[in-house]
Amino acid sequence: MVNEVCKVLEHVDIGSGYRQIVFDAPQIAAGAQPGQFVHVRVPGLEASALRRPFSIFNAEGGKLELLYKTVGRGTAALNAVKPGDDVSVMGPLGHGFPLKCDGAALLVGGGFGVAPLYFLARRLLESQSRPTSLVLFVGGRTKADLLALDRFAALGVEVRAATNDGSAGVKGLVTDPLDDELVRIRAEGGKFELFACGPDPMLKAVALRATGTGMKGWISMDRHMVCGVGACYACIQKTVRGNSRCCIEGPVFAAADLVWE
Amino acid sequence: MTDMKVNLGGLELASPVVTASGTFGYGFEYLGAVDYSKIGAVTAKGICLEAWPGNPMPRHCEVPGGLVNAIGLQGTGVEHFLKYTVPWFRQQVKGVPVIANIWGRSVEEYAEVAARMGDVVDAIEMNVSCPNVKAGGHTFGQDPKVLEEVVAAVRKSTKLPLVVKLAPNVPSVVPYVRACEDAGADALSLINTLPAMVIDIERRKPVLANKTGGLSGRGIHPAAVKLVYDAHVASKLPILAMGGVAEAKDAIEFLLAGATAVAVGTATFSDPGTAGAVYDGIADYCERHEFSAVAELTGNLLV
Repeated sequence: MVNEVCKVLEHVDIGSGYRQIVFDAPQIAAGAQPGQFVHVRVPGLEASALRRPFSIFNAEGGKLELLYKTVGRGTAALNAVKPGDDVSVMGPLGHGFPLKCDGAALLVGGGFGVAPLYFLARRLLESQSRPTSLVLFVGGRTKADLLALDRFAALGVEVRAATNDGSAGVKGLVTDPLDDELVRIRAEGGKFELFACGPDPMLKAVALRATGTGMKGWISMDRHMVCGVGACYACIQKTVRGNSRCCIEGPVFAAADLVWE
Repeated sequence: MTDMKVNLGGLELASPVVTASGTFGYGFEYLGAVDYSKIGAVTAKGICLEAWPGNPMPRHCEVPGGLVNAIGLQGTGVEHFLKYTVPWFRQQVKGVPVIANIWGRSVEEYAEVAARMGDVVDAIEMNVSCPNVKAGGHTFGQDPKVLEEVVAAVRKSTKLPLVVKLAPNVPSVVPYVRACEDAGADALSLINTLPAMVIDIERRKPVLANKTGGLSGRGIHPAAVKLVYDAHVASKLPILAMGGVAEAKDAIEFLLAGATAVAVGTATFSDPGTAGAVYDGIADYCERHEFSAVAELTGNLLV
């Protein structure tokens, strides 16, 4: 982990409140693993403001890519950052996804929850022990919430979408096409592992499918964080081990370890 | 070159800048982002006899000029702390003293935690003022007689330099300072967080699951300076001052108000380099004002 002053290389609006930002971050990018995050000191906020955590969308060739939605004061201030600006970025932080998968890798993302799944898909496909297949299940309220589909397509990832309004993919929840696939794999006696990032109700639904089928599930929890390094104990997730810190024991937890309130 | 060494009630510090309890984990979490050569000591997160789960989520809320938290002293307990946490820190970071921050639910628990510390740590800071755990801490810092009793009990059970961390929310800090003197404390630390509350008006509910919490950060700094000054005027006990230190100027105010050393807390979250920058700024100030030692700043206020 380092605290690196990073130059912004690109920062683009990709529509519907979503943005993509690219940093020149050689030290962070070199060590980053899928599912890890970075803690960003947002220029434009007062100097004493807390940092904001972001999943790593991609880390490649010294570049660090983030994908985010403008949801509050921190992300709104981040919108104003321009190429050429210097930003203090701490990372890579936390425990990410495992890079070995037994059977089919089923990635499940909701909204900007696909951010760490792109980096994960890329690394899984590059790994020596490639999964038998890799499918991204992606959900959102509407078509505009389905992000980075071109990037997944470029990796050759099969994408199955669901939207609440039916504007893309099937009308319904992301777990609808996921369940169809689980039924198919299990009918054939196949194995799979689930990798999920998105809103809590989706994560819980995916985690219960992993524990219910006895398969492995890897769940990336999103919590407001303070220190980002395990020092302050603000970002707690209940697990079988007690109150675990999302920033250091997570953000990726084994589905079987999570305790849902 | 300014002499940056200070002596905090028997604890020799190579730098007058330490980390504040609860904001720096157990000292090693920020490895990679912090220059330890400029940190006089780390104050570890609060420890009691047994593992303690802390409060439900949400545990914090950012506010203008600060942070309201109700972490609730989550910790692993003294045995784990001594067997694993401190040795791991010593292995990772050489030559930086550890101040153990302790709390208990009774006088006996305070004394036992302090006794168990033996000489594994370099000093003890007693938390008698955490606003977030009803069972412990808070009540001991709100009555000078009770405070004197608990400090005296801890004094009997340890030979380590003993620092007592006082509450800010009292009509006058002086009776508490006297109680600490009478009970044999070696130093004082102040201030702890100010009791605070944030309400989500849309949901009409408190933001924190604990309903209330403690306010820290830049906004509390002037209140802290006043209390440090009051304590210094009332007592010769050395003072470790904390509350909103984000830059050297804040720390120098504390030193001039009477502090011997300062702790950086909430500011570390936005910039882990804060303690190092504060150290550099104090050294610059001493050179500019021709002080050969930082210790000359303590209480050196022209009034």
